[in-house]
Amino acid sequence: MRINLVSVFVDDQRAALAFYTDVLGFEKKHDIPLGEASWLTVVSPEAPDGPELLLEPAGHPAVKPYRDALGEDGIPLVQFAVDDVEAEHARLTALGVVFTQPPTDVGMVMMAVLDDTCGNLVQLVSPKSVA
Amino acid sequence: MSGVVTVFRALDDETRRVILDELAARDGQTLFEICSTLTTRHGLSSTRQAISQHLGVLEAAGLVVTEKRGRSKFHYFNPAPLAEIARRWPVGERTAE
Repeated sequence: MRINLVSVFVDDQRAALAFYTDVLGFEKKHDIPLGEASWLTVVSPEAPDGPELLLEPAGHPAVKPYRDALGEDGIPLVQFAVDDVEAEHARLTALGVVFTQPPTDVGMVMMAVLDDTCGNLVQLVSPKSVA
Repeated sequence: MSGVVTVFRALDDETRRVILDELAARDGQTLFEICSTLTTRHGLSSTRQAISQHLGVLEAAGLVVTEKRGRSKFHYFNPAPLAEIARRWPVGERTAE
């Protein structure tokens, strides 16, 4: 068994595609029209055949209360690995990305949390450099 | 309960004191951030719901104030109730004989 796809609900698929590619740096993998929406996935350029992230329309009535409650408490819905959380925080902040949590030392890793502008909080982690 | 009672009761708990330590060190944290630092830096294993209740006690005592920004709620340390205590029982220059 392998993890090949995870999803986040997004308010607007085109805006989400722009954020996840132009800002975060992922690449579009599939964009297959399905009625009013698309089967829209992105992958990391570091692993183009690796797990895909599905940018799923947030139309289901359960999505809003679920995301509002988790967002209020600052709880991220997805996690991405980066080489250096502090460098990514600096790069993304310069691009106007809002962080709800700056780079924080949580023991095993450095962690930060950002707002993906599509309705979700996203956690970034990097291994701590060995002093 | 009068204000001073709620303040002392709020402070009469180690987890709540540690929460104030963390907010005093870095103000403006989400529940998620508070929970992660309590777990990883202080080895406290309280549930998120328990921490949320502790924050409610601190907020009722006026020691924590919250602000909604964007989609998240941030918690801030408010030292005003402690200043009132110091005014009532001033910390003077008196030294022991």
